[in-house]
Amino acid sequence: MHVFANPTRFLTIARPLTPWLFWGGLLLTAAGMLTGLFRSPEDYLQGDLVRIMYVHVPTAWLGMGGWTGILIASVMQLVWRHPLAGIAARAIAAPGALFTALCLVTGSIWGRPAWGTWWIWDGRLTSMLVLLFLYLGFMALAAASDERASIGRIAAVFGVVGAVNLPIIHYSVTWWNSLHQPQSITLSGSAIDSAMLWPLGLSTLGFTLLFGGIVLLRMRAIIADIRIEARLRRMAQG
Amino acid sequence: MKAKHQRLTLAIIAVVAVFGAGILAVYGLRDNAALFRTPADIAAEPVPVGQAFRLGGMVAEGSIEEQADGITIRFMVQDAEAQVPVLYAGITPDLFAENSGVVAEGSLDTDGVFVAETILAKHDENYMPPELADVDMGRDISQ
Repeated sequence: MHVFANPTRFLTIARPLTPWLFWGGLLLTAAGMLTGLFRSPEDYLQGDLVRIMYVHVPTAWLGMGGWTGILIASVMQLVWRHPLAGIAARAIAAPGALFTALCLVTGSIWGRPAWGTWWIWDGRLTSMLVLLFLYLGFMALAAASDERASIGRIAAVFGVVGAVNLPIIHYSVTWWNSLHQPQSITLSGSAIDSAMLWPLGLSTLGFTLLFGGIVLLRMRAIIADIRIEARLRRMAQG
Repeated sequence: MKAKHQRLTLAIIAVVAVFGAGILAVYGLRDNAALFRTPADIAAEPVPVGQAFRLGGMVAEGSIEEQADGITIRFMVQDAEAQVPVLYAGITPDLFAENSGVVAEGSLDTDGVFVAETILAKHDENYMPPELADVDMGRDISQ
């Protein structure tokens, strides 16, 4: 990992990788949406309503995956003082919050016809809403830090502590009875038919690449910002 | 011990402590965080008449019957151990059906009948096209 301690070396890889992730992700997401809407079957019980899954499930996974990234970056900053860790954590926070919000909104739209309610305070929905608030809190803490390149010790500790919510989200449907269904895809197999599983895989891959592309774009923007500030400071002194 | 190793040890201890605290908190919550009570829960620990709570379980097969007034339905909510009769006047969600999960909000009357104010359908984790549902589930999907 220390190979990337030098931002210039990181940029030589990040720059060519960004368009591949971003445009590739956008293309695969579009393909996933189109197959999900037109090329996959209706559900035996929900009918067309099942198609919300192709947005809801990937955004839910990425909302949780984003905080896993923040956890790793926070630990790398706290322990190894890795110069890119804080930049990565900052870059992840906004798309992570966006994807979590998308998951909540699509879930709510699905819940109204399927369950009969927009919202219910069950374990899964509540813990996912807590994740959104954690993201917002993390963004505020990171923005409050004086350092541009790091996120500050308090934000990093918050990133680690907030990760406690991740296993709670995952196991909320197992530990407590809830309105939200238990997970369909487990290590032992899938309760989603293969005709619906492959469009889901396609849109998940697309959203994941897109997420990665957005994070790289934001990391490059933060690095560019830091460099501009440093140059302006030098010019002001010289 | 190098400073880096010291920080790593501290971080590991902190992570273990925080996750331990999280597990303890969740363990303490476990009954209160449940969304609903099942018929077995009510049989084990009766709920006072008139106290609002959520009842959850499966709608018993063949139990949905329309009442004389035309808007009220009566059905049985069951789990592996017990059954509770439910009365509900109103529109049910799309996924409400016999042999599928339901969560009802309301309270028990003096006859032990659960009078529901809201009915929520619970979806299970199975997703499949209609032509497979016939084979796999043997369930009538025409209704």
